[in-house]
Amino acid sequence: MSDQEILLSVRDLKIEGRADETWNPIINGSSFDLRKGEVLGMIGESGAGKSTVGLAAMGFTRDGCRISGGSVVFDGIDLVTADAATKRALLGKRIAYVAQSAAASFNPAHRLIDQHTESPIQHGVSSKSDSEADAMELYQRLRLPNPEEIGFRYPHQVSGGQLQRAMTAMAMSCRPDLIIFDEPTTALDVTTQIEVLASIRDIVEQFNTAAIYITHDLAVVAQMADRIKVLLRGDEVEEADTRTMLSNPQQDYTKSLWAVRSFQRELKAPVAIHSTPVVSVQGVSAAYGKVPVLHDISFDIHPGRTVAVVGESGSGKSTAARCITGLLPPGKGLIQFDGESLPADYRQRNRDQLRQAQMIYQMADTALNPRKKIGEIIGRPVEFYMGLKGAEKRKRVEQLLEKIELDPATYIDRLPSELSGGQKQRIGIARALAAEPKFIICDEVTSALDQLVAEGILRLLADLQDTLGLSYMFITHDLATVKSIADEVVVMKEGKVVEQGPKVEMFQPPHHPYTDLLLSSVPEMDPDWLTNLLNERGVDNIGDAASAKI
Amino acid sequence: MTFLFQVAAYVFALGGAAFLFRLIGRNITDNAPYFRDMSAGVAIGFAIGAFAIFWVLYTYLVNFSGWWSRDPASNKYFFFYVAIHGLIIFAIVAYAFRWLGRNIGTEATKKLFRQMPATASFGILVIFIYAIVSIFAGFIAPYGQEEVLKTANLAPGADPAHLLGTDQIGRDILSRLIYGGQNTVGIAFATTCLAFLIGITGGFLAAIKGGWIDQILSRSVDALMAIPQLIFALLLMTIATAWAGNNGLLVTLYMILIIAVLDSTRVFRLSRAVGLNIVVMDYIEAAKLRGETLPYLVFKEILPNAYAPLLAEFGLRFCFVFLTIASLSFLGIGIQPPLADWGTMVKDLSTFLSYAAFLPVQATLPLMAAGAIALLTVGVNFVVDWMLQRTSGLKE
Repeated sequence: MSDQEILLSVRDLKIEGRADETWNPIINGSSFDLRKGEVLGMIGESGAGKSTVGLAAMGFTRDGCRISGGSVVFDGIDLVTADAATKRALLGKRIAYVAQSAAASFNPAHRLIDQHTESPIQHGVSSKSDSEADAMELYQRLRLPNPEEIGFRYPHQVSGGQLQRAMTAMAMSCRPDLIIFDEPTTALDVTTQIEVLASIRDIVEQFNTAAIYITHDLAVVAQMADRIKVLLRGDEVEEADTRTMLSNPQQDYTKSLWAVRSFQRELKAPVAIHSTPVVSVQGVSAAYGKVPVLHDISFDIHPGRTVAVVGESGSGKSTAARCITGLLPPGKGLIQFDGESLPADYRQRNRDQLRQAQMIYQMADTALNPRKKIGEIIGRPVEFYMGLKGAEKRKRVEQLLEKIELDPATYIDRLPSELSGGQKQRIGIARALAAEPKFIICDEVTSALDQLVAEGILRLLADLQDTLGLSYMFITHDLATVKSIADEVVVMKEGKVVEQGPKVEMFQPPHHPYTDLLLSSVPEMDPDWLTNLLNERGVDNIGDAASAKI
Repeated sequence: MTFLFQVAAYVFALGGAAFLFRLIGRNITDNAPYFRDMSAGVAIGFAIGAFAIFWVLYTYLVNFSGWWSRDPASNKYFFFYVAIHGLIIFAIVAYAFRWLGRNIGTEATKKLFRQMPATASFGILVIFIYAIVSIFAGFIAPYGQEEVLKTANLAPGADPAHLLGTDQIGRDILSRLIYGGQNTVGIAFATTCLAFLIGITGGFLAAIKGGWIDQILSRSVDALMAIPQLIFALLLMTIATAWAGNNGLLVTLYMILIIAVLDSTRVFRLSRAVGLNIVVMDYIEAAKLRGETLPYLVFKEILPNAYAPLLAEFGLRFCFVFLTIASLSFLGIGIQPPLADWGTMVKDLSTFLSYAAFLPVQATLPLMAAGAIALLTVGVNFVVDWMLQRTSGLKE
């Protein structure tokens, strides 16, 4: 790579953001070089400034931010001082951007191909018919189904993974020298993620395009990047070749990032044969209106155990949870709690039945009322179920805050917006604990969090289980999480239970083909993992390979 | 032809000025991005603005003849002066008020005033003054609103005992303006509160319950909204007046009810839409699963999150209600005489408008009542705009 000429050179880049009437530094001097055809991975927690640096590489800052120093030299032009006309000529043509959420970034009112051809026509690169033909070729190279036809659909008619590939195709439309990928696979399922990763890697190689790949997932960046740069709160931690970085990280922070995936609970003794399950789901089928979602699912959750329910989005995991809580009364089947049948609709359950089963939500932002103080949020179930008031209630809330490892004096009078994502999730846990339940449903509780923070939450949940004897139903699509916390695993697909059993058995062959696909799709830290996997599956078209296996 | 030439010359001069302005700006600031990337439209806008300011200054200075001149020669510019002086006074007062707010009070209110644009502090000041004047009308007004004094048609300033003069039957106009504020603003406020009570209750109920309750409420609201509001109000008021007979208080009460119900349809629509967005949140689901009752859900979980849009709507709705009452009074079926009210005052004093050429000062009298309405409307909207901006800014 080093023989190629330098395409982008960022020197001592400083960016400031405006808050409370003053400019605060966001990026304190970032420097890197990017050669032609090279892929630079940029990783860090949320708030580390990855996206801000990525956008600044195009000479752009978000509203309320400004570049306060340094230079961004792209092919001899300093984008920091360049005028609008110069930048207009570069952006879209020689520098392109792929956003995190393709679904939110495509204009829903126009066909894909019309959005694709807009920038080649605008920049005078090619005519409408030429760029349409080119779009179809790119769709083919990116392994989109029906490349001749798919461009004429509207964004909502295409799946998330396909949209993300269509957006990559769009970024390629002018054959740019540099593409910035801002978390392009974060919102996707593991099985879809592989398809997108492979397509992006191929096309970047084919056209010798340089790329900046922004992500918080180490395993993903290991597959994609030639070099990796680690950021922490606007500071550079370190930068090195991918293999060097993975095998021999220098800084403590980088080592801690690498260590996250090592959290593992010790195995528990198998469940006694005659023990009564806390929750027993028996032959449940359910539908939204007339659309059937669950087909005859059954599983048990035993006291003090964690049952992980895994599957892609749309597989019915969350619907199963809604049936257990009674939000969606099942059409057929039974929900038993401690051996007794529960009324199907939550409105018919009594207060004690409601108290015993609590829920923790994926998005802590929408799960906590933004207008209520932490003390009120946790205090309400204490008051509602336990009848505690005034000083007693406050004391109980303080105990709960200590349990979730937050300082009561600091946090009890804050609003949710004054807390970080991980802290909010802890408040969600405290609210569930306040009801003193036996059983808690954790719906994707860690998937919106950074890895370090997520690990903290998992450890907390594990500790609480040990001390309070709780049972968890742990809904997730992340198999790494399953490995670290589950005792038993239920694999779901299209509303059916495909396979279930103790974790040890589940992670050892032989698998059900679908479980196998899920397991093998989880990115590993090995930089050759993707290449090997593709060779192993042995087909160019990964999408076909995936469906052929099932 | 000469006219065309004139227009062409102006356009040419404007374009030239704009071009020069941009060129000079670029040279002086050493090609700062602001001037470098300035489009022609923006430059022309600057030129037009400069021209307008120049024209105002020129007209003002050349024709100035005293602060409150009755000189017939300057009649042509009488209202121009009133406008300019009013603007200057209001601007000074607004800045003084903001300065006070920034330097007096607790840390929180100081910060609030620091972040506030001048327009918003002006709006707050206007509302504040109106509130004081309306509440203490009985103490402030020199005469009663129904009191008939000796001299009719007294010009403003002619008698120090009647600062704004008297109307056709000899009532003190200043006192009637002050009482008019109490009546009009008070009734409008009561009506808006009632409209919100009805609208919010119905809207949130429809949002939470959905199904047939939502259908019934929404379709009835649609039916009410399908009839033009003012005409419908007129119709209902005619019926109400017939029922009430000569009882002025009863007519006012009917008016409050009628306008409140008609305006609550808009509040219903908004609170239903806002409510629907909040009802799908996980914290509502958590509260439902906890076993909370409907009133708790509405008042403790949903309402606090709907304050911002509802408060903004309250400001706007208040203006509309206020204007509807003034319109009805102007048409003679709103607030009944002898109660003073701004809408009626505009109507009663409007004959003076015909004499604007000879008696410019008297001609301002109907405009004072109309101006009182306009000023409050503008003030409330300034505050509402600011609140909307603040809440949308917080949401990011």
